[in-house]
Amino acid sequence: MASHSQAETLALREQFDTEAQQKDASTLGMWIFLITEIMFFGGLFLAYTVYRRWYADTFAVASCSLDVYIGAANTIVLLSSSLTMVLAVRAAQLGKRRALVLFLVLTLLLGGVFLGVKAYEWNQKLAEHHIPGPNFHFEGVAQQGPAQLFFSLYFAMTGLHALHMAIGAGLLVFLIVQAGMGRYSAAYMTPVDVVGLYWHFVDIVWVFLFPLLYLIDRHLGR
Amino acid sequence: MTDNSEHIDSARTYILVFLALISLTALTTAVSFVNLGDFSVVAALAIAVCKMLLVALFFMHVRHSNKLTKLVLAGAMVWLGILIVLTLTDFATRGLAGVPGR
Repeated sequence: MASHSQAETLALREQFDTEAQQKDASTLGMWIFLITEIMFFGGLFLAYTVYRRWYADTFAVASCSLDVYIGAANTIVLLSSSLTMVLAVRAAQLGKRRALVLFLVLTLLLGGVFLGVKAYEWNQKLAEHHIPGPNFHFEGVAQQGPAQLFFSLYFAMTGLHALHMAIGAGLLVFLIVQAGMGRYSAAYMTPVDVVGLYWHFVDIVWVFLFPLLYLIDRHLGR
Repeated sequence: MTDNSEHIDSARTYILVFLALISLTALTTAVSFVNLGDFSVVAALAIAVCKMLLVALFFMHVRHSNKLTKLVLAGAMVWLGILIVLTLTDFATRGLAGVPGR
């Protein structure tokens, strides 16, 4: 069974000259997809930048209502999941199947922790009436509109990021099952490699979201 | 292993990069409590770019990538720059001439 699946996955497609070229094509394809994602998130970051310039004071006060320590802790959780992901890719490169499965499971668990903390934060926002809509109320600012704008951007950006995390978690489950069946070897581990690229990309998005959403003018206090 | 173009970094390298990322996260959080005026956003973004480069170069293996991948990534950064810089030049210069609509 293993030899059958190996033969299937190792097959060199006729449009490629070498296995290295075939792998490079897969990696490049994933990068092209990630670039479309960069442009997509770039538009949101741009909208955020424009409104932050217009309503700097309100954005600073609204940002200070987010819990910076939860945000920082969650950043560390996500960075840890990137470490376990890269160690999973390394295990795959070395053909270590048990280590590969172990690190993929760890990555999935850390991703789950991140999403759990995010759900807790959103729930807090719901209790505080900080979700844009008819029940929105933010204390301490004269204009409710710009504050709603901040939280609209907050939910749009963290929500889309969480959606990407959830998709990443689904991909990890797929990889764990496939790796457990012994589909990957040192010679063929392209799926692990490209899912790794995706996972690190989602990490990088958060690396920018965290300071931009949580860390505006913290010295102003609460 | 037939693919001789593939580089495998040591686990030690990855752990060092990870520790650098954690340190930068602590640094950016600490710096946000200091009043640096307009410079605080510059500091936050500079640290975020450093973290992005560490993740991309080491975890995403860009430093071992082929020239085509590097060229495509550089091109993407140019397009992202066009998106951001051209839009911001519009918003930053609105009302500069003192004429409505200019």
